[in-house]
Amino acid sequence: MSDVADRVRKIVVEHLGVEEDKVTEAASFIDDLGADSLDTVELVMAFEEEFGIEIPDDAAETIQTFGDAVKFIDGAK
Amino acid sequence: MRRVVVTGLGLVTPLADGVEKSWERILDGQSGAGTITGFDPSRLTTQYACEVPLGDGSDGTFNADHYLDTKEQRKVDTFIIFGMAAAQQAIEDAGWTPEDREDLERTGVMIGSGIGGLNSIANTAVMMAEKGPRRVSPFFVPGALINLISGQVSIKYGFRGPNHAVVTACSTGAHAIGDASRLIQHGDADVMIAGGAEAAICEVGIAGFNACKALSTKHNDDPTKASRPWDADRDGFVMGEGAGIVVLEEYEHAKARGAKIYAEVLGYGLSGDAYHITAPPPDHEGAERAMRAACRNAGIEPSQINYVNAHGTSTMADTIELGAVERLVGDAASSLKMSSTKSATGHLLGAAGAIEAIFSILAIRDQVAPPTINLDTVDCETVVDLCANEKKPAKIDVALSNSFGFGGTNASVVFGKID
Repeated sequence: MSDVADRVRKIVVEHLGVEEDKVTEAASFIDDLGADSLDTVELVMAFEEEFGIEIPDDAAETIQTFGDAVKFIDGAK
Repeated sequence: MRRVVVTGLGLVTPLADGVEKSWERILDGQSGAGTITGFDPSRLTTQYACEVPLGDGSDGTFNADHYLDTKEQRKVDTFIIFGMAAAQQAIEDAGWTPEDREDLERTGVMIGSGIGGLNSIANTAVMMAEKGPRRVSPFFVPGALINLISGQVSIKYGFRGPNHAVVTACSTGAHAIGDASRLIQHGDADVMIAGGAEAAICEVGIAGFNACKALSTKHNDDPTKASRPWDADRDGFVMGEGAGIVVLEEYEHAKARGAKIYAEVLGYGLSGDAYHITAPPPDHEGAERAMRAACRNAGIEPSQINYVNAHGTSTMADTIELGAVERLVGDAASSLKMSSTKSATGHLLGAAGAIEAIFSILAIRDQVAPPTINLDTVDCETVVDLCANEKKPAKIDVALSNSFGFGGTNASVVFGKID
């Protein structure tokens, strides 16, 4: 497991108040982890802050799962 | 006209979390004031306030986890947490958690606040100045808006009736209870969750009221002595925080389900001063008109009032209000009990009228007028018993609660004992 994945998982657990083992590669923030649309906006902001990157709105919309987030951030760094 | 009764109470106050613990400490003459602990107050002229005691929930301390999970707490300002907590207490006390769609549609919420999410607004503005607008949380706006207590309570319990919020500065709590009663009387709802919440003890909040010259400033060394309504040495109000919520219910509806009934909302009166943004007129005829309107609405003579819970903020206006009450009740003044529980709780701004409505209701229930603490030298001559430093057992069938707000907005609510 990459360092990026660990850091992303920590943010997701903190923000959504879910168990760590629920945050799997394919876990959808909205369908599986109980997020609503405002939660996902906040998650993306937290990723930006943590990794010092900017995630444009149209890219943010494609980040639906934990795996999507790790993949995007890996590519952006 | 449909009658409205009170069937549930909820309190978060600087004395305690919970109705009975807060009331017990009020009657005992305790003060909720202390040096500010929520932030570093060292830059401020006034470094004390009446903060809600935070803790694990034991011995009357407030533990937000008992009301809202930690994930949800992060998304809302503290005034919403206090409001939701007091609403939960009141709803559980009333035993009103319907599941039937029609019952839910006949239950509404009207919870206000004087200022709302001031601390969130201040912190977000500072953060944005440092990091830019892209860092503003999507929960900033819905976490700071005043009507979001009503919204959150409605969502949590499924209440689909009128969803409303009052904003009239320090009259908010009284207006919310009065207006919600009218909605029940007029048939818009059978049950209303009503009251006010406030959490404005933050640096900009204290600085703002300091600038208005409204706050006590002389008691950094002995905060518990600072709130002293009618006392010759009073020098301004002490800021408080918390929430008061009641469950209001149409009388037959309450009787039919065998609900415990605390008191009846007998009357409600409102007026405007048309005078000054922060000060009352020297005779406060606006206050007198609000009280007279409430008595008229209740169908009682002012002389029938046994207890007045004063607005009494520990400012120059205390004696002006007393004068208006004396004119109102006339010869009955000598048998009247009047006190200011703000001596103990400080001034909860938008929640003040709601917590004081609850203290008025409890005064009826327990037949006792709560004390005005720190009242050592009354600053005027009066025959009214101001309950100086001691609770006063008394026959209390009718109680009137006053609230007056910046902008010159006055509200009086009359509660009556129910047989």
